[in-house]
Amino acid sequence: MDAHVAQLQMQYRNYILSLYQQGFLDDQFTELKSLQDDGSPDFVAEVLSLFFDDCVKLVGNMARALDQTGTVDFCQVGANVHQLKGSSSSVGAKRVKGLCINFKELCEAKNYEGCVRCLQQVDVEYKTLKAKLQDMFNLEKQIVQAGGIVPQVDIN
Amino acid sequence: MGMAAAESQFHVLAVDDSSLDRKLIERLLQKSSCQVTTVDSGYKALEFLGLGQGIESNDPNALSTSPQEVEVNLIITDYCMPGMTGYDLLKIVKESSAFKNIPVVIMSSENVPARISRCLEEGAEEFFLKPVRPADLNKLKPHMMKTKLKHQKLEEIEEPLNVVAAAASVEPEIKDPTEVGIKILTLQSELEPKQVHLQVVQQEEQTLSNNKRKSMEEGLSTDRSRPRFECITTAV
Repeated sequence: MDAHVAQLQMQYRNYILSLYQQGFLDDQFTELKSLQDDGSPDFVAEVLSLFFDDCVKLVGNMARALDQTGTVDFCQVGANVHQLKGSSSSVGAKRVKGLCINFKELCEAKNYEGCVRCLQQVDVEYKTLKAKLQDMFNLEKQIVQAGGIVPQVDIN
Repeated sequence: MGMAAAESQFHVLAVDDSSLDRKLIERLLQKSSCQVTTVDSGYKALEFLGLGQGIESNDPNALSTSPQEVEVNLIITDYCMPGMTGYDLLKIVKESSAFKNIPVVIMSSENVPARISRCLEEGAEEFFLKPVRPADLNKLKPHMMKTKLKHQKLEEIEEPLNVVAAAASVEPEIKDPTEVGIKILTLQSELEPKQVHLQVVQQEEQTLSNNKRKSMEEGLSTDRSRPRFECITTAV
């Protein structure tokens, strides 16, 4: 077997494992991968694309809702958090989902400063995840270009 | 129309306002060998079933484009959706004599026992917590078999009846006019109160969907959006 491909594959495996170990991803992400096959080879990428589109939209909505001089509609902020929590749960974005759970409580408590801080954290977190997953896709591409197959990584 | 398509796939109508979740459920169902149609609202689901504006147009052709040709074997819907919730959709389906036998499954990201029992009491077959997994869909296999067998039996009975109706018809060039006429009348009368409701609600939904993004983006809280937010923030 080509040493270069083997090295890339090992790099890929370690990278994926680290994403799970560091809590970026959970088993729902594994489920997503299992739904991808030769018939739907870009399924994971397409779903993630929808997720990050949601992040941009919802974070934007929340920023505007929190940027009110006067009364803030925490109900509205909460509704957006609910949607983001749903999306993050659907793709296995564990850290983003965790933040949303906190965020929801802050909305219910109408904690303005808490919400603003949490929103900033959400913003950082989804962008970080996006960059990490981009690196993952790049590794996959490199493996394929080097003539190898992207390994299935067993998380357990 | 009377021809039984022996290999016809189990057709699921999936309803969810989240495009991400629609994509997911579609893929899950396809992997279970189902034919899938996805819509983003309860209104569109009803339209697809033929419980929408098509019927009131008094156009006999409207009926022929609905249930008979796009038969739905199961509806799977998200609970929390703007305008018409999954629960609302469940109720309408179960109260319609034409579609009450279609199994309805509710999905929700929240584990609220009162919500779950309310849905089951209203006639939902199953309640799935999101994210939905392949194992959840396995619970639907019995429904798939039951519906398939039932329709195969119905097709066996229907064939001779169609022949009789055609023979008794006064104007043979029109296909079963009495049958079709009766069908239209029945559906219209049973749906009358709801039709008005649907009309109003559909108009509201149009405005809502047009304004939805706008109002969310502007951070404005309109009355229309209130029910949705209440749905999310209150427990049941």
